[in-house]
Amino acid sequence: MQPSPGPETPLPTDRPPLAVELRGIVKHFPGVLANDMVDFDLRAGEVHALLGENGAGKSTLMNVLAGLYRPDSGEIRVDGRLVDFRSPRDAIAAGLGMVHQHFTLVPSQTVTENILLGLDQPRFRLRLGRFEGEIGALSERFGLRVDPRAKIWQISVGEQQRVEILKMLYRGVRILIMDEPTAVLAPQEVEELFRTLRAMTASGHSIVFISHKLGEVLAIADRITVMQRGRVTAAGIPAGGTSRSELARLMVGRSILETVERTRGRPGEVVLSLQDVEAENDRGLPALRGVSLDVRAGEILGIAGVAGNGQSELAQVITGLRPCRGRIRLAGRETANRSAGHAIDRGIAHVPEDRTGVGSAPNLSVTDNLIMKRYRQPPIAHGWVIDSAEARRVAEHLRDDYQIVAPSVETAVRLLSGGNLQRLILAREIESQPRLMVAVQPTRGLDVGAIEAVHRLLLARRDTGSATVLISEDLDEILGLADRIAVMYEGRLHGPFDAEAVDVHGLGLLMTGGEWQPRAADAAAGAAGSALP
Amino acid sequence: MSTAPAPRRVAAPRLVSFVLEHRLEPPRWAALTPLFAIAFALLVSALILALVGGDPVRSYVHIFNAAFGSVGVVSDTLVKATPLILAGLACALAFRMGLWNIGAEGQLLLGAWGGSAVVLVPLLPAGTPGIVLIPAMLLAGFACGALWGLIPGYLKARLGVNEIIVTLMLNYIAFAWLEYWVFGPWTEGGFQMTRQFPKEAWFPRLTDFSAAVPAFAGLTVHLGFVIALVAAGVVWFIVRRSRWGYVIRLIGDSPQAARYAGIDIRRNIMLVFLVSGGLAGLAGVSEVGGVVHRLQDHISPGYGFTAIIVAYLARFNPLGVVVTSVLFGALILAGREIQPSGVPAMIQGIILFSLIASDVLLRYRVRVRRGA
Repeated sequence: MQPSPGPETPLPTDRPPLAVELRGIVKHFPGVLANDMVDFDLRAGEVHALLGENGAGKSTLMNVLAGLYRPDSGEIRVDGRLVDFRSPRDAIAAGLGMVHQHFTLVPSQTVTENILLGLDQPRFRLRLGRFEGEIGALSERFGLRVDPRAKIWQISVGEQQRVEILKMLYRGVRILIMDEPTAVLAPQEVEELFRTLRAMTASGHSIVFISHKLGEVLAIADRITVMQRGRVTAAGIPAGGTSRSELARLMVGRSILETVERTRGRPGEVVLSLQDVEAENDRGLPALRGVSLDVRAGEILGIAGVAGNGQSELAQVITGLRPCRGRIRLAGRETANRSAGHAIDRGIAHVPEDRTGVGSAPNLSVTDNLIMKRYRQPPIAHGWVIDSAEARRVAEHLRDDYQIVAPSVETAVRLLSGGNLQRLILAREIESQPRLMVAVQPTRGLDVGAIEAVHRLLLARRDTGSATVLISEDLDEILGLADRIAVMYEGRLHGPFDAEAVDVHGLGLLMTGGEWQPRAADAAAGAAGSALP
Repeated sequence: MSTAPAPRRVAAPRLVSFVLEHRLEPPRWAALTPLFAIAFALLVSALILALVGGDPVRSYVHIFNAAFGSVGVVSDTLVKATPLILAGLACALAFRMGLWNIGAEGQLLLGAWGGSAVVLVPLLPAGTPGIVLIPAMLLAGFACGALWGLIPGYLKARLGVNEIIVTLMLNYIAFAWLEYWVFGPWTEGGFQMTRQFPKEAWFPRLTDFSAAVPAFAGLTVHLGFVIALVAAGVVWFIVRRSRWGYVIRLIGDSPQAARYAGIDIRRNIMLVFLVSGGLAGLAGVSEVGGVVHRLQDHISPGYGFTAIIVAYLARFNPLGVVVTSVLFGALILAGREIQPSGVPAMIQGIILFSLIASDVLLRYRVRVRRGA
């Protein structure tokens, strides 16, 4: 059983043969029809993008193909043969593998060990040298730069993704499904991934590329299939013959503006001021290395960066959830190293990165989640007692104002969709009338409609004179909303720059540790702008 | 790998297969699962009884009569249920916050010791009337149980020590502590028991009022049962209606969300352990003041452990604890009546197993699939 990632001999036909053929796939989940008679085919040697909003059924369909789910009905053919995968192992044995959004790697083990995990080689003695060589050769061939001897926790998220791809290639996979592979990557890393994908198709591999980012899909895909609410709205259209607006229409069923119309904020006095703030991450390693910044009333300060460069820790330090060194002043008063409760009392609202784990208590009701930040104060609290009728009234009011779709305010929030849960969190945070709003990845995983709603709420909040720190990996979001933009890389802050003075290219360079300066005139304007009262 | 012919499994026709599907919402009958679990457990137990040559119907009739057959035995059942309610509330409150206090047994023993100390040291002079003495005993018992509970609470809150291990181990220490006092300083003539408490320290029983109401004659239900009912009401109010109860539920569901909401989790861990230990301590006082009237080494046949099952069966609902405690009080009582006495203990165990297993059915729907 030697790994042979090489191409299989192509069948002698005029048209490229179908690597995968899905016919009439139906998959129910309780209460949801995730796939409704879906057809999909993948030609050998192509990149076929599967495009759709969150919840459109793309991942479900590919999980069916990869053996993770079994369809309620429908046929799956791989290389023309009918298959019935009972597990991902069956799928891999048939040459079909999937790289999921969340990686499945053992952090304390090396790249090589992770790739070999679950295989029957090496038998007993771990003589890894030979395997390291093989893996090195494989990674060179496809441009997947990664050190086979590095431990997973030492390498970047982009490199971890390469390990996942190598894992599949090493197992002889010829059909690779990639679920939202660019979500965790910086622009330069995306380019590198695309080069790898092209090298793979050149050697006969076929790739399904799941995404909801139109630009990327147009850049990499040969053909595009669009899904909407469990159905296919466009099957295998050539990427050359379509446009962003056409795809957007197919995705959501209506023409949409891609971003909320941009307006300028009117910055007022400094609300939040950080000076030389340093903090450690959960593993005790330095996460913030001397961060200084000012945020003014009536502006949105965008903080861009690839995940894991200290943005989460920055948000936690500001909201009192993480101890730090240095000075943090809110409206002139020191707030560093006080409790989260203190931060709330001082008017800091927080839309956390982890909506389900941190921002809400999944098994508690909509009401209980909406009163989380004000159960201590009247009218909800009467001394020691909570007035549940009043809490319910407040909750129903917020539900209607923010269009939170829930059967009742007694429903457990784990049953809400991502967009509704985020609306709930925003409703709660905005209604506290904060001086400062810290929003972390506020639209990650939401569909286009929900993203638009969140953006409008953030802009409306800014226009009432509140200061906002927007931390996001989505450059379009940052560029669309922020008045000033800073980039975090390895715990250091670059900028902030005036939003007019930066572009995607420059931010991308800074996000990956490169050097970049805004054009001189703009930089001066940006600096002057930020110095104005 | 790809060089070897890949095993491609073709859909093989199968007659029937079972599939577990995630439920989005708990089913409507969720609240009834404890009843289903009990019924199922009785069925399984009946099967076992039949297999070993017993007569399940007669056994069950006997158990029922032994526990509920007359006013007298109902009263005895309630006496058995009393410490279970209090210790069960202790567990339910802690479990609700996700604190696995399995040290109710030890906290109960310390409570019994504290209540006894008021009489035996004596902390209050001999001849103090019951109206003062009994509240003092309750207070001392609550305080001792609470302090015993605070040890794992403090260790968990400050140092992150696993509360399961600490509470479990403290049970043994509590038992040794109790033994030291009943064998040593407080022994009566070298037996492992103290002298009997003076009458003022006895909790009033129904039978004490038989002069006024003849029907009460021989009924041993005592003040402790009333205290247990009041405690159940208070704990229910705390959990469902108070700010603190909201905090407990929030921490219980998601400590991270609670921290994010500005809640001091450490402080609440200690507070909940304090109250939980205090409630278990009350169970101990209730036993020495209402039943045994002295301190001895075996005052609890594992009430503190049964309380874990009681709380679980009630799904941590304080009012439900009262119901499940009565059920388990009945099983304990029947254990004395029925031979072999292990049968009720077996039923208890099977009930717990059924209940835990039924959780799967609450979260998943079983689908039967025919063919392929």
